[in-house]
Amino acid sequence: MSKYMVNLKINNMPVSVEEGTTILEAARQLNFKIPTLCNHPDLTVAGNCRVCVVEVKGARQLSAACATPVSEGMEVFTNSEQVRTSRKHIIELLLSEHNSDCTKCQKNGSCELQSLAFEYRVGDHVLMSLLKPEDLIPDISSPSIVKDNSKCIHCQRCVRTCAELQGVSALGVAFKGNHQSISTFLNKPLNEVVCTNCGQCINRCPTGALTERNNIEDVWNALYDPNKFVVVQTAPAVRIALGEELGLEPGHRVTGKMVASLRKIGFNKVLDTDFSADLTIMEEGFELLNRLRKVLVEKDETVKLPMMTSCSPGWIKFIEHIFPNLNDHLSTCKSPQQMFGAVAKTYYADKVNVKAQDMVVVSIMPCTAKKFECDRPEMRSSGFKDVDYVLTTRELGLMIRQAGIDFASLEPEGYDSILGESTGAAVIFGATGGVMEAALRTAYEVVTGREVPFTNLDIKPVRGMEGVKEASIKIKNVKPEFAHLEGVELNVAVAHGLANARKVMESVQNGTSNYHFIEIMACPGGCLGGGGQPIPTSKEIRDKRAEAIYEEDLNMPIRKSHENPDVVAIYEEFLGEPNGHKSHDLLHTHYKVRNRY
Amino acid sequence: MSTTEVLISELVEKHGRTRNSLMPILQGIVQQEKFLSEDAMVSVARELNISAADVFGTASFYTFLDTVPRGKNVIRVCKTISCHMKNKDEIIRALENALKIKVGETTHDKEYTLLTANCLGWCHKGPVMLINDEVYPELTPESALKIVNEHMHSK
Ligand code: SF4
Ligand code: SF4
Ligand code: SF4
Ligand code: FES
Repeated sequence: MSKYMVNLKINNMPVSVEEGTTILEAARQLNFKIPTLCNHPDLTVAGNCRVCVVEVKGARQLSAACATPVSEGMEVFTNSEQVRTSRKHIIELLLSEHNSDCTKCQKNGSCELQSLAFEYRVGDHVLMSLLKPEDLIPDISSPSIVKDNSKCIHCQRCVRTCAELQGVSALGVAFKGNHQSISTFLNKPLNEVVCTNCGQCINRCPTGALTERNNIEDVWNALYDPNKFVVVQTAPAVRIALGEELGLEPGHRVTGKMVASLRKIGFNKVLDTDFSADLTIMEEGFELLNRLRKVLVEKDETVKLPMMTSCSPGWIKFIEHIFPNLNDHLSTCKSPQQMFGAVAKTYYADKVNVKAQDMVVVSIMPCTAKKFECDRPEMRSSGFKDVDYVLTTRELGLMIRQAGIDFASLEPEGYDSILGESTGAAVIFGATGGVMEAALRTAYEVVTGREVPFTNLDIKPVRGMEGVKEASIKIKNVKPEFAHLEGVELNVAVAHGLANARKVMESVQNGTSNYHFIEIMACPGGCLGGGGQPIPTSKEIRDKRAEAIYEEDLNMPIRKSHENPDVVAIYEEFLGEPNGHKSHDLLHTHYKVRNRY
Repeated sequence: MSTTEVLISELVEKHGRTRNSLMPILQGIVQQEKFLSEDAMVSVARELNISAADVFGTASFYTFLDTVPRGKNVIRVCKTISCHMKNKDEIIRALENALKIKVGETTHDKEYTLLTANCLGWCHKGPVMLINDEVYPELTPESALKIVNEHMHSK
């Protein structure tokens, strides 16, 4: 259906845009940037901050450009005297309730409020400070997220993120007027409520009111300790986003530079979570085949299908809170980060002749929920905390700057061996649908002895940014030991963003779906859109990161997890077989039932 | 099931499970229990399949949906400008002295809670107070005490 075009003038320049376009978008087409705070491309319109006000000829009051659709013959002024005065006044009003200690703020230098105040040269405060003393104590209860109400401008981006993208609504708007605050249930500490630690609200908060728990100093201290052997693992989605933190455009693959910078920072070994992503595929793929056999052949009713992936700790906490009755559907596999930690402090520690207690495992993750995950009491299979510290992509960016490294001019370097080998299958873990694709590449081949029937091994139906994706693969000409799977149509689903996960879970609960295997990632786009990734985020940025991931996959010499030489070796030398006794001890876990609020 | 849970399931039966039924359900609970307990809010959230933070957000927006325990009877004195100009402070002082509590508090026997309220729409006959749902206009400290006294003995 073609839309009507609407003609209007902005700052006396004519422009013609589709009906329904907002003044904000129309102005952008003419290259007039109107400042915004509550508006965000991923979220519905709120229109509550008013910094985007513009003058519309004939209107009695200024209009919010983000919330006003264009109309025929409209004349808009984005920089009139009245507009500029009002905008400046609005910024001053926001600051009058704000704890403006920029120099000590986590967001110093990347804060939307700060740059607006700078652009408008807001001077001496003419307004009385209305900062509430009780807001000066931040909530640091969560291992992942710091919530500082004294920095909050009530734009409600976080509330909309948590509701619209994540379907969690751990944060809501409480009270009214000057008492209004962004609050959890009964204002309880974040670690006591349904918050999944996904960090999506951090990615969209324009100020320092929501930030990640910073662990940089812990990691520096470990590096300075001569008695510690500090190894670092890097998640698949970090290598395609870290560049953004260091001045490059979205979509740059910086794997080699990242490895070089980690070595320069002083880590003893630079290793790859991709290795344990491949290990996860082995464990999870075989778990799926076992479950299929138990359900289809042995009619074992204690074994649940569909099986659901378990690599996303935000998703795990979500299901534990909201659908704990489905916990048995979760794969018992730990996430790649935790598999890595468990193997590093056992198998690897032996190999490099370091005592587990002297080893510090640091993870670089696109994720804030991984900070929570590494603290879980289940994650101590080596007898120690398997992963000691998690840094987000953003924190690594900062560390690189602190170390005085000129990232752009670094020569690319390769990972250390062992536990540095990667495959294309592991790389695509970073994008929604990637775990599914990697699992299918391996499972199909195990069952039939042939590669998956997709050109170039690219399983396109599970790729892309559709909220819920479905695919079916007919299994044919199986090996004799998999006779029970002959002719079976394997139905899979992939969802990203917890609001989409919720839809899929409801279909499982009502029995209206017939899936065998479901991949869920808590964050929109998968880990590439994770809560620890560079800010800002938008669909365009996530699309570019996804392209980079699939490029990286295509360029890998090995693209199937079961062919990763480090993985082959660890089964031969240490683990025995997938889902075997040792795997069970080190690589698998169990889940909890958590409260519903 | 606790009595609160029974009450909530009756209210849900009556008003339905859509988001629109949140307000009547919360009002129904407050009518019976005088306030919304933590458990009550969690149960409502579960029944309507919404988050508890959303229930709390809605409840905390409305002064008459209390989220802290209240006495069996709630006295609310209007604190807005017209009643203020007509000496609402004196009314409050008289009630505080008589009930031996401050605004915001509940008597020891859990019978009366004393609160202030924003404009009750009786500006032309201020100062006013509410005892539960009943309006008492054109108060003096003496008449206010008399009304409360009668209320105490009317049961
Ligand atoms: S939130 Fe922004 S404006 Fe406020 S103190 Fe932090 S950097 Fe400064
Ligand atoms: S971290 Fe995720 S779940 Fe928690 S409040 Fe933020 S968006 Fe909601
Ligand atoms: S916490 Fe951040 S995103 Fe949420 S309302 Fe405050 S400023 Fe906006
Ligand atoms: S950006 Fe338009 S009102 Fe906030």
